[in-house]
Amino acid sequence: MIRIKCAGNQRKKTMRLDKLPLNQVARIKSIRSDDADLEMRLREIGFAEGDRVEIVHRGLFGGSPLAIRLDGIASIAIRPREAALINVQPEGQDGH
Amino acid sequence: MDTRADKNGVDLRIALLGAPNCGKTSLFNALTGGRAKVANYPGVTVEYAKGRMVTEKGRVIEFLDLPGVYGDCGHSADERVTIDAVNGRLKGEKRPDAIMVVMDATHIRTHLHNVLQAKNYGLPMVVVLNMMDMAARDGVEIDVAGLEQALGVPVIPCVAVRSAGRQAVMTLLSDWADDVESLDTLKPEPTHSELKQIQKIARAISSQTVKEPRTGNLTERLDRILLHPILGPMILAALMFFMFQAVYAWSAPLIGFIEQGIAWLGGALTDILPDGPIESLIVNGIIGGVGAVLVFLPQIIILFAFILALEASGYLARAAFLVDTLMAKVGLNGRAFIPLLSSFACAVPGIMAARTIDNERDRLTTILIAPLMTCSARWPVYFLLVGAFIPDLSVGPFNLRGVVMSVLVLIGIIFALISAFILRHTVTKGKVPPLLMELPGYKLPSLKSYLLGLWQRAKIFLNRAGRIILPASVIIWFLSTYPNQDGDVRHSFAGMIGRVIEPVLAPIGFNLEMSIALIPAMAAREVAVSTLAIVYGASDSHVLGSMIGSNWSLPTGLAFLAWFIFAPSCIATLAITRKETNSWKWPIIMFIYLIILAYIGAGLTYYGAKALGL
Repeated sequence: MIRIKCAGNQRKKTMRLDKLPLNQVARIKSIRSDDADLEMRLREIGFAEGDRVEIVHRGLFGGSPLAIRLDGIASIAIRPREAALINVQPEGQDGH
Repeated sequence: MDTRADKNGVDLRIALLGAPNCGKTSLFNALTGGRAKVANYPGVTVEYAKGRMVTEKGRVIEFLDLPGVYGDCGHSADERVTIDAVNGRLKGEKRPDAIMVVMDATHIRTHLHNVLQAKNYGLPMVVVLNMMDMAARDGVEIDVAGLEQALGVPVIPCVAVRSAGRQAVMTLLSDWADDVESLDTLKPEPTHSELKQIQKIARAISSQTVKEPRTGNLTERLDRILLHPILGPMILAALMFFMFQAVYAWSAPLIGFIEQGIAWLGGALTDILPDGPIESLIVNGIIGGVGAVLVFLPQIIILFAFILALEASGYLARAAFLVDTLMAKVGLNGRAFIPLLSSFACAVPGIMAARTIDNERDRLTTILIAPLMTCSARWPVYFLLVGAFIPDLSVGPFNLRGVVMSVLVLIGIIFALISAFILRHTVTKGKVPPLLMELPGYKLPSLKSYLLGLWQRAKIFLNRAGRIILPASVIIWFLSTYPNQDGDVRHSFAGMIGRVIEPVLAPIGFNLEMSIALIPAMAAREVAVSTLAIVYGASDSHVLGSMIGSNWSLPTGLAFLAWFIFAPSCIATLAITRKETNSWKWPIIMFIYLIILAYIGAGLTYYGAKALGL
């Protein structure tokens, strides 16, 4: 039932969420499980494959923490270290 | 019609579950009429609350309001309480007969998997879609019937804070209390891959039943300003500063009113009562002692009016976001901000609220620094001394006294951060915990629950005045009046006790009266003010202020203020630390490091001020 928009329109490579530029919309491709506990907690708070994410705010010093807009409805604060567990694929420029 | 009422007269027990900020506690308050038995302290739900509702058909439903948690994997103490409660493992509580899951209607897509997870408990379940008004405001379209069908449990739209919005919930519960049947047996908590699977199903359901607009909503637009990397911290600082200014500026007329009332009462009783010990006990002991603290009620109420409004509107989570960088530098996470802010009311609920922090070392560090936040028991002491020594001048647009108060609060915060940094590198060493915090949508709090919260805080303050300060005042009056009765406190019992510790405190500039005041301040810091009022025989706080201003030197007054920033002078805080950490080690560490800070802080202030020629 879920629409996974990963068809071969443009082969953009995936990147870590913490490296995503500010206000660039992306889709979650996977959540790495090398820290299993943290992965589970990221899922519980709402992150899942296929979700649209966007970094909407970055802290002033060292770019931490990040406020992530999740699926256009929720704002979640995490630090770059947590965001690094999430692999995303940037989408085409959304206008503004 | 079978009756399932137990010996307590309860027909049905319902556990309330839901993510943080879903409005679960508002619904609970509304259903139970706000007459809940909240465990110890109001504020953030740290334990659980119980309350009852009688249905239209006369059935009694008991609700269990559990801490707001996301999942059921038991990461934090809070989550474990919730899991234990639902599984009937909570001490002294029966397993609930049913679950009511409250979901924020504006966040269905990201929270739906928690509802599916809750089905794993195998209990009859109903889902309440709360904040439907906000969903409508944001243009969210929800197919409730479709959602109900997909989930296989009743789904009721609701606006918990409005009576009309709750009607559907009340009606369903009324029918439900008659025939609730248990679903299937208990299933184990979900594993890793199951959670991923549940998420997939949840996303599929929400794609079919919920339509969210992709345009920026009010919360997003506000956050663009309030979370702005430069504007955001400036607004936060301005807000905090304004809050302390307002506490001073707005309370003055009310304080004058209360002072006049107390002075009138004292005068009237002096006229009526015959001269002698009874008159002295009532006028100097009780009215003087309790009155000296009671006049600070307006300031306490104004302070909480701000804190509660910031909390209910959703701004507090933003404040936590803005200070996270700073917190990360000292090894804490932004989540510690909320327990620490609660500690501005009282360290006891703050230390309890630290349970929401899942990392144990992080929680311990937060507990240890919580007493450095300026709790409400310190305000009377600060108000008295700032009023006595700092002139009521305007510095540009600001009131000098308000500025000094802000500085006192700031010193506490700065030392809390320094202490956290040192603790994180010594006794609570460990890796930096993650930050995962949802920023809730902004909302206008309901006036009723706001006023209820304010009243609860005022009640705590008044209760302390009655239960601690009143008896303490009587004891202090006795100790400072006898055995000599010549009016010289030096020859009284209190004077004798004070003289024992005076030699220890004299090097940091403290006089005998201050030494006397510090002993009963262990019960509650504000008793120091009552004690000074009794010891100096001051009839009201105005007189007391001017007596202190003329009897103490400025360095002495400042040293006393510095002492109160740090001193661990509150038995309740040490007791709750013992309880929450389940060991004597942590309250002892807390006491030792704070008393050292207090002694050095007061000493440096005293000699520093003298060296500056103040």
